[in-house]
Amino acid sequence: MATLKRMVLDVLKPRHPNIIDFATAIAELGQDYRVVVKVDEVDDRTESVMLSIEGENLDFEAIQQSIKALGGSLHSIDEIEAIATGSTETHRHEEPLS
Amino acid sequence: MFKQLLLWLHISRSGKIARRYFVVNGFDGALTLLGMNVGFYLSGEDNLPVIISACLGASVALGVSGVSSAYISESAERERELRALEEAMVRDLSDSDHGRASRFAPLWIAGVNGMAPFVFGLLIIFPLWLAGKGVALPLGAVEMALATAMVILFFLGIVSGRIQGSFWLWSGLRTLTIALLTAIIIFLINP
Repeated sequence: MATLKRMVLDVLKPRHPNIIDFATAIAELGQDYRVVVKVDEVDDRTESVMLSIEGENLDFEAIQQSIKALGGSLHSIDEIEAIATGSTETHRHEEPLS
Repeated sequence: MFKQLLLWLHISRSGKIARRYFVVNGFDGALTLLGMNVGFYLSGEDNLPVIISACLGASVALGVSGVSSAYISESAERERELRALEEAMVRDLSDSDHGRASRFAPLWIAGVNGMAPFVFGLLIIFPLWLAGKGVALPLGAVEMALATAMVILFFLGIVSGRIQGSFWLWSGLRTLTIALLTAIIIFLINP
């Protein structure tokens, strides 16, 4: 059994809510979630952001649902850090969604 | 739930719009009832049930008009905005906070737009109702209703001044001047 410790997601989101509200909403999904949002590209109504989340046990499904609820689309999972429970070994994986 | 409502207000940016509607339609309502009461005063009408019924009818009509007009215009506007955002996002947003906000915003704005003239109307009617119940007032019933309308218009001036960032007393006096001008015009054209 492994848990997700860190993930970097490429997300297209509407410009409202802004990245402060967006990051806060994602961070509130877990008690120890640390979220960093970096804007890559700004369009008239949308913006592409790199969403980086760290935590002891990230819930990918909840994060994906929250992104969707906030009007965003998950374009790709750019980086993942997973660790087997009871082990110190870390697995890194990079996978585009489409 | 409250947090969700705040998020929808934020996403739809309907807080500012509702605030503007509150001032504009509240001003309409208070000024309409001021005009009616000036008319009653000048015509010497002192039949309180008639005055109260006329004012109440006007308040209800202004309230219903406020709700329906704001709902129709805002829901069309929100629908258009959501479609444009869906095109930009290349996805259906009806089950997102944007979809929910676009359905909630017209209801909220329509409620504020309708409630403002209705509630201010009821406040202006209140002294008339008190007089009708035999409560002793410092002035005549219609004069008290006129004074209440003036106070409400002054208050709405203060609110608009705060929104504008200008000195509250000047903006209050500005709306009070408009109220006095309205009364003077009615006085001048009164047959």
